[in-house]
Amino acid sequence: MARLDGPVRFRGGGFAPRDNRWASAGTLLGLVGLWQMAASAGLIKSLFLPPPIAIGAALWQLIVSGVLWQHLSASLVRLAWGWTSGTFFGIGMGLAVGLWSACRSPGMAVVAALFPIPKIALVPLFIVWFGIGEGSKIATLAFGVFFPTVIATAGAVDNVPRGLIRMGQSFGLSTAAIVRTIVLPGALPAILSGFRVTSSIAIVLLVAAEMIGAEQGIGAFVLSAGNLYDTDNLLAGIVVLSLLGLLVAWAIGQLERALLAWR
Amino acid sequence: MTGLRLTLTGICHAYRDLTVLDGIDLTVEPGEVTVLVGPSGCGKSTLLGIAGGLLQPSAGRVAVDGDIPDDCLNPLTYVFQDFALLPWRSVADNIALVLGKCPNPAARVAEVLALTGLTEFADAWPKQLSGGMRQRVGIARALAVRPACLLMDEPLSALDAQTRDLLLEEFSAIVARAGTTTLYVTHNLAEAVRLGQQIVVLSRRPGRVREIVRIDRPLTGRTARDPDLVAMEEHLWRTIRDDAAAAERERIDGKA
Repeated sequence: MARLDGPVRFRGGGFAPRDNRWASAGTLLGLVGLWQMAASAGLIKSLFLPPPIAIGAALWQLIVSGVLWQHLSASLVRLAWGWTSGTFFGIGMGLAVGLWSACRSPGMAVVAALFPIPKIALVPLFIVWFGIGEGSKIATLAFGVFFPTVIATAGAVDNVPRGLIRMGQSFGLSTAAIVRTIVLPGALPAILSGFRVTSSIAIVLLVAAEMIGAEQGIGAFVLSAGNLYDTDNLLAGIVVLSLLGLLVAWAIGQLERALLAWR
Repeated sequence: MTGLRLTLTGICHAYRDLTVLDGIDLTVEPGEVTVLVGPSGCGKSTLLGIAGGLLQPSAGRVAVDGDIPDDCLNPLTYVFQDFALLPWRSVADNIALVLGKCPNPAARVAEVLALTGLTEFADAWPKQLSGGMRQRVGIARALAVRPACLLMDEPLSALDAQTRDLLLEEFSAIVARAGTTTLYVTHNLAEAVRLGQQIVVLSRRPGRVREIVRIDRPLTGRTARDPDLVAMEEHLWRTIRDDAAAAERERIDGKA
């Protein structure tokens, strides 16, 4: 018979990763620092990958000359219209699919058939339909945002506890009141998570659409810099896109904090 | 006795091929607490859902007759086992949610919060409350609509024993005072004899009425140690013991 003697070894803990914003910033700054050191030491040719200081200088030049705002404002307007319209109609259809049998199968069939299509492939078609101007670019974004929003919203509605809906019914709440006070707030966390995905999709599609048919916009600027082998400006444009992504993610985080305080 | 009478006639219910309830005839008398007991899976909660109009029976009919208070907003009112509180609304807002047609909802909310000892928690989120407090909110919400009939689905089963006893005392005092017709589902026989004036024993699935017993004593003053209640509890256990064991075996076989 074996004998145990001594303190019980701690076996718990772990599996609870925590965020550390200083570690995040430190990692990014460290990588940029290494990149700069490698470039300064002549290990990286500036034509292939300009050093961070050169990119910063190019970015500063774009800011003071007003060129950045000229391109950025065009992109932001497209992003706002495209994302908002795709989200608006996506939430509407997602709710319909999540709530009513008459919409569920037809809606999901349409989503299943059209969601996998690469939206970029449709840009030429959208140019034919909506012209070379803003319409085709906004439609590309809206189309790309619409389907993931439908899927996120329908799934979110499905996951609202049915017990809460039965509670509303048992107290005689109208269907509209149940949707407004129970279904929408209950689905909101997953819908907001969907925003993170769709905002990234929208930025990717924005750049792609602007590369295909635009004179203004960050995508057009990046393409033009690339054609001229102006890699300083090309990477400055990419930095702006990255910052735009971070800004959107931060805004969604603030929205979550404001709307989901109850969690 | 004034109040609402609830009459269930020939209630049958099946989920696809599985018959859950078979020919239930039952009258819940006005102002009385009727308790439904029976083994797991006998259809107690299903019957409550049918009584409250949340489930459509395969056959049979549910009827109500009697007087309802002038300020009643929802004659047949549920209290849920899992409390069914909206986590994104404060305690007061959870109650106000169901008072859409009330001329002065704030006063009604304040009144039921005071009645259930929740006044100082009016602005709390449900997640900040204990299980017992959450069920208090559920009961406060139900009382706020001035129900003519309360339908309670194992309201204390998710709570610890001490909280359950405390809430049971409070609830029986509230019901005794208000005289609200109540249909109460539980698997806890001690709870059944503390609260029930009529106790309906259902058989195992498909649920049928096996026995109806009466306890003609006021709710106030009943304790868990009263000899007649202890004897009644033992009688009820003898009545359902074999069915409960068979239901448990059936459940295990079904899982195997």
